[in-house]
Amino acid sequence: MIRKIFLMGNPNVGKSMVFSRLTGVQVIVSNYPGSTVEIAKGYLKIGEEKIEVVDLPGTYSLQPNSKAEEIAVALLQQEAKDEVAVINVIDSTNLERNLFLSLQLIEEEYPVLVCLNMCDDMKHRGISLDVVKLEELLGVPVILTCAITGVGIKYLIERIPDKKVGLIKKLEHQQRWLEIGRIVEAVQKLTHRHHTFRELMEDASVKPLTGSLMAIGILFLAFKLVRFIGESLITYCFDPLFFNFYKPLLDKVSLALGSDGFLHHLLIGDLINGKIDFKQSLGVLTTAPYIEFDMVLPYIISFYFVLSFLEDMGFLPRLAILLDNLFHRLGLHGYAIIPVLLGFGCNVPGILSTRMLESKRERFIVSTLISIGIPCVPLQAMIFGVLGKYSGFYVGGVYLILFSLWLILGLILNRFLKGYSPEFIMEIPSYRLPPLGMLLQKLLFRVKGFLIEAIPVVLLGVLVVNLLLYSHTLDLVTGIFSPLMKGLFGLPNEAIIALTIGFIRKDVAVGMLVPLGLTVKQLFIATTLLAISFPCVATFMVLWKELGFKALLKATGIMILTGMLVGGLLRIFL
Amino acid sequence: MRKLSLVQMDVKQKGKILEVLGGKALQHRFMTMGIYEGREVVKLSHFILKGPVAMRVGRSVLALGYGMASKIIVGVE
Repeated sequence: MIRKIFLMGNPNVGKSMVFSRLTGVQVIVSNYPGSTVEIAKGYLKIGEEKIEVVDLPGTYSLQPNSKAEEIAVALLQQEAKDEVAVINVIDSTNLERNLFLSLQLIEEEYPVLVCLNMCDDMKHRGISLDVVKLEELLGVPVILTCAITGVGIKYLIERIPDKKVGLIKKLEHQQRWLEIGRIVEAVQKLTHRHHTFRELMEDASVKPLTGSLMAIGILFLAFKLVRFIGESLITYCFDPLFFNFYKPLLDKVSLALGSDGFLHHLLIGDLINGKIDFKQSLGVLTTAPYIEFDMVLPYIISFYFVLSFLEDMGFLPRLAILLDNLFHRLGLHGYAIIPVLLGFGCNVPGILSTRMLESKRERFIVSTLISIGIPCVPLQAMIFGVLGKYSGFYVGGVYLILFSLWLILGLILNRFLKGYSPEFIMEIPSYRLPPLGMLLQKLLFRVKGFLIEAIPVVLLGVLVVNLLLYSHTLDLVTGIFSPLMKGLFGLPNEAIIALTIGFIRKDVAVGMLVPLGLTVKQLFIATTLLAISFPCVATFMVLWKELGFKALLKATGIMILTGMLVGGLLRIFL
Repeated sequence: MRKLSLVQMDVKQKGKILEVLGGKALQHRFMTMGIYEGREVVKLSHFILKGPVAMRVGRSVLALGYGMASKIIVGVE
């Protein structure tokens, strides 16, 4: 009887894609080792039975080297061997290295099926495999699949009940490699080919000079593309929707509510010069949806589209090598760039993905740096939206401050935190052109995630703030913090409300600064403070979960201190 | 034949791994990724200021930090 099916294999062999195909559950799939850090579960129907399928993080062996690998191995070992089926997913263009784990699984007497994935890539690379022979040598079923297109998945499902304990008996590591050598010799045929253009680019991308030039070019294009797609979506799609369709509707609602009063204050907010102003009215039906849909969502779409493309083409590990030197000074290694880039989208997945790093110290440093110095898309969209109309200088200024903070804090943390940071060793995947369908699917998944998470919080947040403002409950609080606000940062009392809202959502907080009529300088200080000072509640919770309470306190202390320092300094020097 | 560490090798140079230094844990980690005595390697790149090294082992391209790379001893012709 099979109670559970585990998907296990080396990092970046397409396990998550196979998982998606088997269960229909959508998970994030990327072209770099370690993209699965959370365990995904789904169900597969075989005959009348519904069996749980678990997608495990990639691992090179049954002796774990990182937190993610630890989780994978621990989950596998929890179950009774005769009640599971292990689908060992293999990159068929790299049989040799992948077989190490396969042999270990077989030696440990797990019932295994081997899934030779990415079989479409073999032809390009001049590889042919004798599947029947491999099946014979290993003593377990071997199935060719290409999860991206879905080829072979049906057959894989049919054969799951054939899972078997293989023929290979316990080996020492060195013997295992000898055995692998023999197996590969027997089943794999290589045709010699000339270097393709793709391979030339791959080689160039890991060299210092050519690699850096390529990376700068790609990042520049990526940035331009994010801006272009985001702005186009606003101008041609969301702006017309809001101003031509939604606003006339709201005007009627406003009129029906008598243009004033409690309910009008909550839903529509204040009328500016007798009219609804999406940026300043601060109502649940006006400013809240405007911020989320017309200012933030377009950039969420464009950012994640471009990020997904970079992830899937295999660019990120290459960026990691280039940055390794710099990151070492901060107590990290180059691979930490992946959590950082994900953090630009939203800090939460960024911090979650620090699980791919080995040491606790590294995870603490990156997580703290992400929550202080990496503005998420919603925050960035608002920074551009609010400060951008004054001058690009202010927008650049915020980024410059954040980046300098990043370096300085990294250097300090590295200097004073006990322990050492390990070096990296990672596999550089081949370049791949991601199929558009897959990109769009992933984009949809991430945008949906954003909407589900953001919309209720934003609507509720604005509602609560409006209630508090209406009842003047906040006057007391603003009074208490007034010396800090006025004295230290030179901001009006009301700005404290916006900074407090920053704990719930940063985008709304920046939006709340707009009606205050601040000077550019004040606006600049306030947005910078919002970016640095305190993580939003979602980031706060994930920091707690991932690092523990003590580390959370430490990180929060660092953030508040940095925020006060930077805010005060800016006030003096601007 | 000369004995060099991976760090000392020239870019594009080929060699055979003679020895892997370092503790048991590191050796094991190398082992699972296909770095062990007798493997042929080609060095692909090298970054200045004690930066990382990239090499080809079998069909994979691996990048590793300077310290790790200096623990891999390679014989070159």
